[in-house]
Amino acid sequence: MKILIKSGRIVDPQNNLDEVCDILVENSRISKVARNIRNGADETIDATDKIVLPGIVDMHVHLREPGREDKETIASGTLAALAGGVTSLLAMPNTSPAMDSPENIQLLKNIIKNSAKADVFIAGAITRAREGKELAEIGRLRRAGAIAITDDGASVDADKLMLEALKRAKAEKLAVICHSEDKKLSAGGAVNLGLTSTRLGLRGISKESEYKRIERDINLAQRAQASIHIAHVSCKESVEIISRAKKKGIRVTCETAPHYFSLSEEAVAGFDTNAKMNPPLRAKIDVGAVKAGLKDGTIDAIASDHAPHTENEKEIEFERAEFGVIGLETELAVAITELVQTGILDWNSLVEKISLNPARILGLKKGTLSVGQDADIIVVSPEKEWVVKKEELLSKSKNSPFLGRTLKGVVEYTLCNGKVAYKK
Amino acid sequence: MTWTRKDLLGLEELSKEELEIILSTAESFKEVSTREIKKVPALRGKTVVNLFYEPSTRTRVSFEVAAKRLSADVINIATETSSVKKGETLIDTGKNIQALKADIIVMRHNYSGAAAMLARHLDISMVNAGDGWHEHPTQALLDIFTLKEKLGRISGLKVSIVGDIAHSRVARSNIWGLAKLGAQVTVCAPAMLIPPAIEEMGARVTTDIDEALKNADAVNVLRMQFERDEKAAFPTQLEYFKNFGITRERLAKAKKEIVVMHPGPINRGIEMSSEVADGANSVILEQVTNGIAVRMAVLFLVAQARENAVGSS
Repeated sequence: MKILIKSGRIVDPQNNLDEVCDILVENSRISKVARNIRNGADETIDATDKIVLPGIVDMHVHLREPGREDKETIASGTLAALAGGVTSLLAMPNTSPAMDSPENIQLLKNIIKNSAKADVFIAGAITRAREGKELAEIGRLRRAGAIAITDDGASVDADKLMLEALKRAKAEKLAVICHSEDKKLSAGGAVNLGLTSTRLGLRGISKESEYKRIERDINLAQRAQASIHIAHVSCKESVEIISRAKKKGIRVTCETAPHYFSLSEEAVAGFDTNAKMNPPLRAKIDVGAVKAGLKDGTIDAIASDHAPHTENEKEIEFERAEFGVIGLETELAVAITELVQTGILDWNSLVEKISLNPARILGLKKGTLSVGQDADIIVVSPEKEWVVKKEELLSKSKNSPFLGRTLKGVVEYTLCNGKVAYKK
Repeated sequence: MTWTRKDLLGLEELSKEELEIILSTAESFKEVSTREIKKVPALRGKTVVNLFYEPSTRTRVSFEVAAKRLSADVINIATETSSVKKGETLIDTGKNIQALKADIIVMRHNYSGAAAMLARHLDISMVNAGDGWHEHPTQALLDIFTLKEKLGRISGLKVSIVGDIAHSRVARSNIWGLAKLGAQVTVCAPAMLIPPAIEEMGARVTTDIDEALKNADAVNVLRMQFERDEKAAFPTQLEYFKNFGITRERLAKAKKEIVVMHPGPINRGIEMSSEVADGANSVILEQVTNGIAVRMAVLFLVAQARENAVGSS
């Protein structure tokens, strides 16, 4: 099977490529990138006036299976991923059971094998049952198939335990992803602490609860001489702390999510539970700092933190509603609309944030369009507008903060491992 | 300008003109309660459901009296929060009440935003009778109505709100309403009971009670609840009274005609001394009387707005 993608503008920062040419895909891999490829392809995709990018590597996704198949499944989540241009994703371990043992990871691998429509990589838990009390068998998790460890949704409170986890992960060459939150400071909070919490009469989540824990996690990584990745950076102070650490040569990387550079805490006004997530939407100054951090390279990656929840868990009193929003199907368009169209990132840097850097952080051979590479390719109409509609979302859950928003950038084709896995 | 909202969820979203419509409507309804037959047929044939998820006597009774003086039929539902957690969702409860062909739900709820959330899912009118720490619009309206009745105006008045501002829906609604009508609001409390960024809502902040009383035209004293989860950091009742309690000695240093308000029920000897509660400056019982007129106005306006909306569509 040969697929020829013709005359698209190809953006591939790994190969310093940004020009109009063709890509030939043969048997699941990229076999040629050149101008005017003349080859008897079985299928030709006309990419004239379109942009051709490496498939998105989303390093922060909650697929909910096993355990909460009513929210999302591997099948529905990966279908939504493909529609959003995501060809590889890292599944977070806060499933039920948690991915804290080789047996559980094996169970997940079987489900993935049978039902995943995109490449799903597995993050194991740092501690047993993600309780922060006892380390999981990190070496065995890696051998079972985990490529990273995280207790996402929770932070490992005990310094000693976290330090040990960082050392072991380093020995196992596993990425460590930190949900940096001091729950002693954030407990009971539902929105950003400040004018929003005061106006709405809700308990607030302070920025300190985030950045103080980031500071600690970075210090521990320095002590362990290990690398560390900070998830979902949401505020100015966090960006500043990470920037300083990078300048000191500490091996820290970080990600933010589309909602943190596109929405401020004002989106919560009217008690919209689809704007409730953790960390919460912050002040405008923080949104600006996240954008600046993306531009200056402090923030390495954009990941969706796709967190599906059913309507029953969202359409209730604000404080009782679950934290989290879906994002697989909107992340590329939100990034194009808010970052590329506004000149904050060029296409090259966008691809670094959504594909190349996440692949590097996770040690995956993904995120580029090099010859010989897995043919994970997306074809995008960069100027085409669309409206986010509940009934058109493929995710099982519909808890998007972007419902009703007009976004720019439509994924026309998604090729995953050489096959057209999604077509608009 | 006419009133077009089918719901009253809070004072934050109201314009100055809308506040004035409620106040002037309340003025015309106040007289009804002085008649021998205290009833007008304005809401005859309408059903008002008081849906209370928090124990409340005075607000619930006030709404009930208001609805009855408008000739509405009133149903009271009191539900313990604990049973809600296990049972029916709020939206389902609301839709059931709507299916009974009720016209207005008056809801008290312990969660902030509950009224706004339910209103989005219902076609019938929703009146917020207090949601969590968020808003208690009719309480603030009756406070403002009483102030205006006493002092003839709101614009330019200096009003101090004293007490647990952080956990008070009454404080929030008063700040919005008073600021929109041109009053200058000061909040006064122990530092831990002043929420962050309250200045951005339009209030000045002090932790000094004498400063709050100095030059104030009115002081609205909030009920203190000492049984909160942050109890460990709370002042004791005695300490609170010594530092923030309104006493005759403190009032002596304030304007002679300062208006003293309290949403009730009063903790005598904690928020204020009995002398002050029963003294010449106190309008606490007039607030209760005015509560009826204000709630009659609100019920009447939301019902009328919904009828007009249905009629025109």
